[in-house]
Amino acid sequence: MTTPTSTPGARGADRGLVLLRRVADHGLLWPVVALVVLIVACGLKSPGFLDVALRDGHLFGQLIDLLRNSATPLLLALGMCLVIATGGIDLSVGAVMAIALAVSLTFLDGAADPGAPATVLLAIGLGLAAGVVGGSFNGFMVAVLGIQPFIATMILMVAGRGIAMLITQGQITTVTSPPFKSIGSGFVLGIPTPVVIAAAAFVLVAVLVRRSALGMFLESIGINREASRLAGVRSRSTTWIVYVIAGTLAALAGLVYGAPTMAADANNIGLLKELDAIMVVVLGGTKLDGGRFNLGGLIAGALLLSALERAVIIFQLPSQTTPLFKAVVLIAVCVAGSPILRDRVQARRLRARAARPVEVAA
Amino acid sequence: MSETHPPHDEVVRMTGITITFPGVKALDGVDLTLRAGEVHALMGENGAGKSTLIKALTGVYRVDAGGIEVRGEELAFDGPEQAQAAGISTVYQEINLCSNLSVAENVMLGHEVRRGPFIDWRATRREARRFLQRLHLDLDPRSMLASHSIAVQQLCAIARALVVDAKVLILDEPTSSLDKAEVAELFRVVRTLRDEGVAILFVSHFLDQVYAIADRMTVLRNGRFVGEFRTAELPRRELISHMIGRTGEALAGIEQQARAAVTSHSSRETPLLTAVGLGKDGSVQPFDLALYPGEIVGVAGLLGSGRSEVARLLTGADRPDHGEMTVHGTPVRRATPLASLKRGVALSSEDRKREGIIGDLTVRENVALALQASRGTWRRVPRRELDEVVQRYMVTLNINPPNPNALIKNLSGGNQQKVLLARWLATSPRLLVLDEPTRGIDIGAKAEIQKLVTDLAADGMSVVFISSELEEVLRLSQRIVVMRDRQKVAEIENGDDVGTGTVLEAIAASGESA
Repeated sequence: MTTPTSTPGARGADRGLVLLRRVADHGLLWPVVALVVLIVACGLKSPGFLDVALRDGHLFGQLIDLLRNSATPLLLALGMCLVIATGGIDLSVGAVMAIALAVSLTFLDGAADPGAPATVLLAIGLGLAAGVVGGSFNGFMVAVLGIQPFIATMILMVAGRGIAMLITQGQITTVTSPPFKSIGSGFVLGIPTPVVIAAAAFVLVAVLVRRSALGMFLESIGINREASRLAGVRSRSTTWIVYVIAGTLAALAGLVYGAPTMAADANNIGLLKELDAIMVVVLGGTKLDGGRFNLGGLIAGALLLSALERAVIIFQLPSQTTPLFKAVVLIAVCVAGSPILRDRVQARRLRARAARPVEVAA
Repeated sequence: MSETHPPHDEVVRMTGITITFPGVKALDGVDLTLRAGEVHALMGENGAGKSTLIKALTGVYRVDAGGIEVRGEELAFDGPEQAQAAGISTVYQEINLCSNLSVAENVMLGHEVRRGPFIDWRATRREARRFLQRLHLDLDPRSMLASHSIAVQQLCAIARALVVDAKVLILDEPTSSLDKAEVAELFRVVRTLRDEGVAILFVSHFLDQVYAIADRMTVLRNGRFVGEFRTAELPRRELISHMIGRTGEALAGIEQQARAAVTSHSSRETPLLTAVGLGKDGSVQPFDLALYPGEIVGVAGLLGSGRSEVARLLTGADRPDHGEMTVHGTPVRRATPLASLKRGVALSSEDRKREGIIGDLTVRENVALALQASRGTWRRVPRRELDEVVQRYMVTLNINPPNPNALIKNLSGGNQQKVLLARWLATSPRLLVLDEPTRGIDIGAKAEIQKLVTDLAADGMSVVFISSELEEVLRLSQRIVVMRDRQKVAEIENGDDVGTGTVLEAIAASGESA
């Protein structure tokens, strides 16, 4: 009790410092800070931004739109995150979105009664099945043939839009089917359907990955594939499964994304969405070189992404500049979280602390 | 130039070479003399300092003390460029050529025939063919390097040494991936070069090859110079004694004491595992082996003799090309690590870093991995059971720090090894194959692991114990399998009359069949 640092007040401050350090070291600090800053800025610029209204039992408002727009990137990023954990990448998710929507809408277009619930369910099932097939193809190329994931999934990325075009026979297929449309623009218990779907998918994947051993196996494969194989991990089938999951989620994202317009535009649905998905994974604190992954961070990442897109509109910036702002935020978040930078800052802080008594003595 | 002229045939003279790494003296006063028109072998076990010495000669490492003379001139290498300029050329085990370029481009790289600012490709190819023909190699200079076998690629690397007019050629483990005919071809080329007056430094783990090609040899042990010998005057047994560091007689006494500790628990009635004619092309020749419950079988042999390959075949890490294996009398059809684990057969690999630890996962996850894998992806090992298993092995193996949430990459080598042992023990194996479980770990951990192995066998587990340390193998094993040149050459029943000498004899016995 003689040294000043052991007084109760100082100890409390120390504990506060430790907590602060832990928050600062947490990978999600900067994405969350960026998200809050963006939302506050939007709120200041456009006063109605933060308002949420209940109309006809449905939630409305710009923040609700923000949630709705986060659904697609979150669905894509969920699958992408698992693929990245194994040390891979899936560039085909955007194309798979287009294929799934083309399959569903073409089926509805040919159906006798596009509005019948059974027909719509079958259409959704077929769209998802297209995602399973696409994902299986990717998984086969990567896990069985041993092709580099970047190249293997690029095949479907490039060919996928052609396939979607073949399915729609070169047309932009448009259909009228209110039940189908509602998966993109409807509400469940007042909450937008896409938000409910994305949340359900998130919980499902989180439970699947973390309550089984799948998550640990994905990480161990991503960190050291050969050691995992020798420890008995079925690295081939596990890798394959992950691409199938990514393909299925991409198909779901395609249906949710395309449902409000009900137009299967093979050339534009999901264009460049694979890059958004990768960005969400990175913003969410998962490294691209595989191994440890963080599902919770995907939510922050997806929200940040759509907040950014919204901010560009609110600040009346030309919409062509959106990618530029995405790049700026990505750079800022990555630099802020850079371990090298953190070590430097820490070293400087330590040096400053070490230097202080000398100055006092002098 | 004439006043410091050495005896005319000495091309390289390294004297008193000392290299210190933080905390370790890698080389301590080592001499090496290479003579023109001679093949000189550099011998020593793993960690003896062979590659450090080569890197000193090629300018990769700076020497802390000692001198390097090349053709009578004292040289202080600041980098590999100067060594190359002095005429020292190296061919590594992993070929450092560009496999996607043509033979001519590789051989002539940096020495292309120029016409003004352009390369005269026709003349370059002609030159390349000339150099290849000097080695009696009939290759199309236009063909892609990758289209040739590893052996031919290696010969191209040697041809490249001619292009740069090498006075000294270093061949670092050139034969480890070659078959017999390819080795013969390589040796023909090496002899051609030797007769042209090139000084050749040859490093290989294959004793038969060393005796076939080398005129002289320098032996290193633990970073120290043991001696320089004429091959013809050094019997194999003596060479191995020099490499390992004890004579067979001196060791015998130590073993007699240790021997008492080994009590035979094995019944030798029904074998746990039998292998008949098990082999893999290019890896290990077919061998027979039977393993019994409660028995420790040691595998002895020099590095590269096929020890690890035997371990990998027994445990499904590699798929055999020949032969059959049964576990508990049931023929093994699917040879995969997972299938082996389920049969109760586990392998602890010699390469802890690449084939063992999952660096970024915690100690708990690293222990859990094999147990979880054997139960499948969907039946997760309950957390309580897992914690109990991890806690048990943390205590019995004395893992430090005793924190299951620490990342395994932050543990010391010895503790990583213990975590890996815990991983395999957690699957309750009936056969545990340990490939160099005590390599690179401190004495204390080593003794703990040795004791664990005898305890496990006493409980009825069958253990295969592979180690470079002969004493360790002799102390622990009831039977010793001896490997040489990827062949099982002997199986010795351990007993009072068996000492290091017996095993050395078997390792060294001239291999007519190899």
